[in-house]
Amino acid sequence: MRNRGIELGVGVFMLVGMLSLAMLAISVSGLTLAKQEGSYKIYARFENAGGLTARSKVTMSGVAIGKVTNISIDRQKLMALVEMEINADVDYLTSDSSASILTAGLLGEKYVGITTGAADDEILKEGDFIEDTQSSLVLEELIGKFLFNQASE
Amino acid sequence: MQSVTANLALLGRSVLDRVAAIGRAGMVLMQAVIARPDPLTSFPLLVRQLYSVGVLSMVIIIVSGLFIGMVLALQGYTILVDYGTEQAVGQMVALSLVRELAPVVTALLFAGRAGSALTAEIGLMKTTEQLSSMEMIGVDPLRRIIAPRFWAGLICLPILTMIFSAVGIWGGMLVGVDWLGIYEGSFWANMQNSVDFFDDVLNGLIKSLVFGVVVTWVAVFQGYDSVPTSEGISQATTKTVVYSSLAVLGLDFILTALMFGDL
Amino acid sequence: MDFFDDIIIDIKQLTFSRGDRYIFKNMDIRIPRGKVTGIMGPSGTGKTTLLRVIGGQLKPDSGSVLLDGDDIPHLGRKELFNVREKMGMLFQSGALFTDMSVFENVAFPLRVHTKLPEDMIRDIVLMKLQAVGLRGASELMPSELSGGMGRRVALARAISLDPALVMYDEPFTGQDPIAMGVLVNLIKMLNQALGHSSIIVSHDIKETLSIADYIYIIADAGVIAHGTPAQLEQNDSAQVQQFMKGLPDGPVPFHFPANNYETDLMEGR
Repeated sequence: MRNRGIELGVGVFMLVGMLSLAMLAISVSGLTLAKQEGSYKIYARFENAGGLTARSKVTMSGVAIGKVTNISIDRQKLMALVEMEINADVDYLTSDSSASILTAGLLGEKYVGITTGAADDEILKEGDFIEDTQSSLVLEELIGKFLFNQASE
Repeated sequence: MQSVTANLALLGRSVLDRVAAIGRAGMVLMQAVIARPDPLTSFPLLVRQLYSVGVLSMVIIIVSGLFIGMVLALQGYTILVDYGTEQAVGQMVALSLVRELAPVVTALLFAGRAGSALTAEIGLMKTTEQLSSMEMIGVDPLRRIIAPRFWAGLICLPILTMIFSAVGIWGGMLVGVDWLGIYEGSFWANMQNSVDFFDDVLNGLIKSLVFGVVVTWVAVFQGYDSVPTSEGISQATTKTVVYSSLAVLGLDFILTALMFGDL
Repeated sequence: MDFFDDIIIDIKQLTFSRGDRYIFKNMDIRIPRGKVTGIMGPSGTGKTTLLRVIGGQLKPDSGSVLLDGDDIPHLGRKELFNVREKMGMLFQSGALFTDMSVFENVAFPLRVHTKLPEDMIRDIVLMKLQAVGLRGASELMPSELSGGMGRRVALARAISLDPALVMYDEPFTGQDPIAMGVLVNLIKMLNQALGHSSIIVSHDIKETLSIADYIYIIADAGVIAHGTPAQLEQNDSAQVQQFMKGLPDGPVPFHFPANNYETDLMEGR
């Protein structure tokens, strides 16, 4: 009957391990099973993508709809080229959407916020560009401007 | 002049000894992995080893995980509160545990708890001629003794690592939410936003799998290769803990650079 | 020499070395079938090594070890596995598997080498345990046994497959007088009752002489004397006499080789 105890112990061990994995998956990393049907890539050029990194969120109205996968320099226009992966079920981004780099809180992480426009007929597809962009808010520049305005008043 | 050549010869011999030891270790690993197990007899053996390697290590893992998670939350809070971002404690605790601390600390504790026990047990079997007598009866001790222990270590370490992470995060929540008063919703939301299942959780598990191979390999090999005396066993046990800890820390750097280096 | 009409093991020109040192050099030994053969000699002369060579655990540099015509050093893994079925070995420390009960220890060789049904294994194990007088201990773990009992269990395990050859490695070392007497009788009795051949490696002269039919004394990498116990008592070689009588000084010197004693003492001044 010693064997029975051992088997029970190993069983409990395995169960606890699985529960831990489930907790790590669901409540820690927020993994949900009903998604990942695929994604498509869109691009946007920014004057300044400072603070944005790969894996940053892409949101619309505060809801995550994808993530940044790559950031590089567009050699012709000398601007930051941001590649984003948008979940496939988000199929309503119009071609005149605008993208801006936002900050969560004053010092929080940077993310991309997308706002759709009015052109209902043209929907963004794989490889399309968002033309209307707004760059990162750089705190130093902001403070500089503020001081400049104060001084000129 | 003569002493120079003598020293050179000595150096050469010790290098050769090490290389030979690595060769023997490789052969033990090969035979333990390749050894075609007979499912009828080897499954009970494996279960028994899972018990002594995994279940018996569970208490130490749970206790350490809890305390490390609690300490992380406390330390993180005191720093982050200065910037008004104390709700990021959850994110910090989870990321540092899942990516780094859980695999490494679990592997180190595992080397001390289960690895040394494996070495001592196998060394003792060698000293008391159990391995020889098994061979005389016609059973390969690599297959019957080493292989189940190796597989058990390989299976147990990732499971223990997950338990460590989960308990640690729970401990972090205990301190952060219940004690320091961080709003529970933002604690979890921040965590879920920043932790990715595949990039963070699975990479941590891959790390622990690699550590499992290394620690168990070192442990069973040191036992199998020990000098069959009581002194030899104690030396082998020490070597197991030292070598496997160093290997874990070194490999951790390499794996981290490979997995998270470009982020 | 009627002993050697029927031999079970024929060792010819065996050479075995460790580093630069010869353990055996061109040694010939023949083991008669159905008898108890003692192999004696001072410590460190390779008696245990000889058993391991016979068991195929160590490979000699050259020479042959024939067991019923099979040359053990040249067998493949599989054949060696089958040959070992014919051998039982009692290790110096007993070497019981500490994680199995006495019953499982004795059943182990049966489970490995045979596909007998469980109730038959049970019968055989209980018979073997009865033969060594420990049937009542079958459910104990090895750690619960005394040294002498452990060795008897190991003996039951060694004979569980009814081997043709049983090898005993220092069976009497470290036993109290009673356990020693029990073992001596047991070895003799089992040898007669089961008809196997026995090899006893030992340096316990009295006990070995009392049960062995034929004895080899090995030293200096070879056999220095052999014969029946009575013949060896008559042997007039100084080395043999020193060993047989346990004299402290003789061809094997009491002093480790050293410089002149007086000069060594004077040097300190």
